[in-house]
Amino acid sequence: MTKDIKTPVGTSRRNVLKTIAGGAAASASIPLWARFAQAQTSEPIRIGFQVHRTGIGAAYGRWYDRTTMAAVKAINDAGGINGRPVEIIAEDDGTDPKRGAEVIEKFATQHKADVGFGTLFSHVVIGSAPRAGELKLPYFVVSEGHHVASGMLNRYTLQPGITDVKSQVQAMAPYVAGNLGKKVTMIFPDFAFGHDHRDYFTAAIEAQGGEVLAHIAIPPTETSFTKYFPKIPRDTEVIYHVMVGPAVLTFVKEMGEFFGPSHPAIFGFIDSLEAVDLGSPGLEFLENTYFWEGNPRYAQPDQSAFDKNYRAAIGVDNNGASISDPSDVSTYAHMFGCWETLYTIKDGMEAAGYQGPADRGKLIEAVEAITDMPHSNEHPQGAKLFNGKTHQVFGPQYISQVKGGRLDVVHTTSIEDGQYPDEVDYTKQAL
Amino acid sequence: MSIARKSLLLHGGLLALLFALQFLLPAYHQGNLARVMVLASYAIGYNILFGYTGLLSLGHALFFAAGMYGMGLAIYQFGLSPAPALVAGLIAGLLVSAVVGFLALRTAGVAFMIVTLMFAQAGYLTILYYGAYTRGDEGFVIQQAQRVLWGIDLSDATNRYFAAWGLFSICLLLTLWLVQMPFGRVLIAIRENEERARMLGYDVFAHKLAAVILSGTVSAMAGAMYGLLFGYAGASFATVQYSIFPLLWVLLGGAGTVMGPLVGTLFMFYLIDLSSGITSAYMLIAGVVLVLLTLFAPQGLVGEWRARVWRWLP
Amino acid sequence: MDFGPYLILASLEGAVTAAVLALTAVGLSLVFGVMRVVNVAHGEFFMLGAVLAWWVTSMIGGHPALGFGVALVLVPVLVGLTAAVADVTILKRINYDPERTIIATIGILYIIQQLTLMTYGPDARPVTPPFNTRLAIPWFEFGENGLQMYWPWGLSTTSYKLGVIGAAAAVLVGVWLLMVRTKIGLLMRATQLDREMALAFGIPVERVYAIVFGIGAGLAAMAAVLIVPIQQAHYLMGGDPLLLSFIVVIIGGLGSLPGTVVAAVLIGLSDGIISVFFSPTLAKILATLLVALVLVFRPQGLFGVKDA
Repeated sequence: MTKDIKTPVGTSRRNVLKTIAGGAAASASIPLWARFAQAQTSEPIRIGFQVHRTGIGAAYGRWYDRTTMAAVKAINDAGGINGRPVEIIAEDDGTDPKRGAEVIEKFATQHKADVGFGTLFSHVVIGSAPRAGELKLPYFVVSEGHHVASGMLNRYTLQPGITDVKSQVQAMAPYVAGNLGKKVTMIFPDFAFGHDHRDYFTAAIEAQGGEVLAHIAIPPTETSFTKYFPKIPRDTEVIYHVMVGPAVLTFVKEMGEFFGPSHPAIFGFIDSLEAVDLGSPGLEFLENTYFWEGNPRYAQPDQSAFDKNYRAAIGVDNNGASISDPSDVSTYAHMFGCWETLYTIKDGMEAAGYQGPADRGKLIEAVEAITDMPHSNEHPQGAKLFNGKTHQVFGPQYISQVKGGRLDVVHTTSIEDGQYPDEVDYTKQAL
Repeated sequence: MSIARKSLLLHGGLLALLFALQFLLPAYHQGNLARVMVLASYAIGYNILFGYTGLLSLGHALFFAAGMYGMGLAIYQFGLSPAPALVAGLIAGLLVSAVVGFLALRTAGVAFMIVTLMFAQAGYLTILYYGAYTRGDEGFVIQQAQRVLWGIDLSDATNRYFAAWGLFSICLLLTLWLVQMPFGRVLIAIRENEERARMLGYDVFAHKLAAVILSGTVSAMAGAMYGLLFGYAGASFATVQYSIFPLLWVLLGGAGTVMGPLVGTLFMFYLIDLSSGITSAYMLIAGVVLVLLTLFAPQGLVGEWRARVWRWLP
Repeated sequence: MDFGPYLILASLEGAVTAAVLALTAVGLSLVFGVMRVVNVAHGEFFMLGAVLAWWVTSMIGGHPALGFGVALVLVPVLVGLTAAVADVTILKRINYDPERTIIATIGILYIIQQLTLMTYGPDARPVTPPFNTRLAIPWFEFGENGLQMYWPWGLSTTSYKLGVIGAAAAVLVGVWLLMVRTKIGLLMRATQLDREMALAFGIPVERVYAIVFGIGAGLAAMAAVLIVPIQQAHYLMGGDPLLLSFIVVIIGGLGSLPGTVVAAVLIGLSDGIISVFFSPTLAKILATLLVALVLVFRPQGLFGVKDA
């Protein structure tokens, strides 16, 4: 007869004890979600961080990671997004497009992330974006590549935190032609990133009445560069150089050794020296040469309070190196993109009233509606303008000169200097 | 029950299981399994040459990429639809493997390894050199709209899984059929003792060439399918590591077995996936596993099973 | 730049590449020749040499020459010992079976690479050369007074690069002397010629193997210590040396040390000189195909002996 007595589910003594125990355990330590008492839901916002922890991009990935964590801490300390805390789920993509696409899938289907974010290397972005589009996962890249604005990708891929190569290169041409010289020799890596420099700068300098005398393309993974420099024509007025990879210091050093005491004007992209100490032996010849900087590595006399705040949050000193290890130089010209992108995600989610994955479409539309991004703690690199149609942001570029072993900004380009006609309108595509 | 029937039942059962898993697995693992099946097809292609014929190639990425770019460029540059594009990928693989076979088979052993490696490197550099058409290392996207095969949208998860399953089934059954045919047996004989096979009157060169072409074409099909199903073709698939992967997968799973490639691919995929959750140095775990495997289970997982338990396993 | 000076510059750079390549390849050739195994982890021993050189020089302050000198002596020994340990624990147990050795050494490759990533990190770090002055190189031209010397723009090298060439040559001579004049060299050559016979004569073949594996890795590490002040130490730097030294060993001919050196010089120099004439990527394609075709039509390499 005891069989007929059915204990209602949930009220058996064992169940009651379980719930009490669960509650006790939960309140024993105040978890993150409990701090956010105002939260509509106390579930964290999950951001899938696709990071280059291994592979050729690992040196950048390390600083991207650091900047991301600092930004998330700042966002959470200020109350999170819509009162909900932000949680970063990081996955290594090995700087490989195949693994990148697998990681996107993992974010969407296993980790149930709200958005994906953080990729730098272009080929990984292009390999991963299709999956993000299919899975309808908003994918915020920090890549500098022109691929987003070129229309190659999809409506779910955006680049709101860092300007693209076409814009950067175009903005440099007037200053170079006006101050350094009109006969340019370009040295760049022989893959898509370098080709973008080659194509856009050649067009831009010709528009300024200059010409490119020689294009010297250096194969990827090259480790010795001296044999390429003889191709530089004798009547070159300006050397334009950009290089990426672990061999960048060798590249710059050997360039110095080649020229010896007499060299033409040199204009380089700081990519050639990202994460490299300007005081390294062999770099003395760089005195008085010029660099494009995405974000000035050395604190300038007119340093904004926003830059001060940003440096302090990440733990970077006024020389752009880690506070705990002054020989550990950061990738200052690129990593700000992570900080600004995270704040853009926040702005977008708050504008859209984002509750969960069902609102991803609304998030995309909300971000597309963003136009002006004022210079602020959220955007310490400078004021920006976001183009909702091309999903690409435009901002200032800095030209610095090496003086006394540090980089001083001598010119800041305007947003208009870097703008170009739209090549796509993603807003016309279905979500 | 004869061995042929037993193995047909086993492998048929495996295919049926894979088919059924589509409905049982959560979305994440379903997506993974689709990927694994295509990559396992690549491994099967490699196994034909390495496991059955005994020729260690370090350049199979060339064939994988040939298929991928044959298909990809057909859609991207020439606007063909998926079906003829897949045929283009197949033909590309056929041609490339024929040329490589003719040249490389003049060497043997370590020289063969280096020659195949060199051809693969040259292929990779050629993709970069013609970057104006191939977009070089960045690669290009094959848009969703272009991936509709006979009215079936391949970017849909279910359709993708079935397409991958279809490819894998064809490759698996091909290998199963091969090992029972005289052709397959001659390949095994060549692997065991080439001189003796020659003395018995078999045309060793013709058999090896056929093996290279078959292996290369299957690998190319896998490459073409991978590009079509996942919407991206890039030069990174032609690099050395994509030649090392099938070698690893086949060795782990069991060279010269029919199921070995799938087992190896699945194992490595989840090993990397699970250990990347623990540490960023997940390849360390992969390295340790490899060393342990080669110390204690040199025939690979399926190979050891065959040696100890089911001796009739093909 | 004019053709003459350009060729000189390319040759000098090629000579540096060839010097380092020769050392690395000789290390591989020894292992290949004596043990008949493919050591896929050879490039990682190279990388380890560079990373340990950075570590030693950054621990020893003071004049760069001091730290570098210590590194040059200490690091190859450390790497050699590591390799010998790997041989005794792993390779011996799988009986040097060719296929299993390939997998095992791929595993060792990943282990060394990832351990380096975990401890040293993903950055590329420089090492200060012990001495480094720029040397402008004169060239000749016909001027008003007949044959005259002048200093072409950009034609230069550094004292350190010349030092590398000299050091590598010295070490190679040392290796040759070791092989030809010492007892251990005799044992190694005997084991290479006929392993069974050597065993029958009471030669401790397994110990010889461990020593050979250690010396092979040590040579690669020494090459890396020499090149690291010019390049940087980076955890992925082992890939290219592995590929190149394999090519050199096969082209030179298995088991022929002089062949390896000649092939290293050829390949090192040609890499620089071909790029004078062709665009770099095209030059690499041609060089790669050339290597493949040499092997296709002469599988025993340049100096190897054709199998009967």
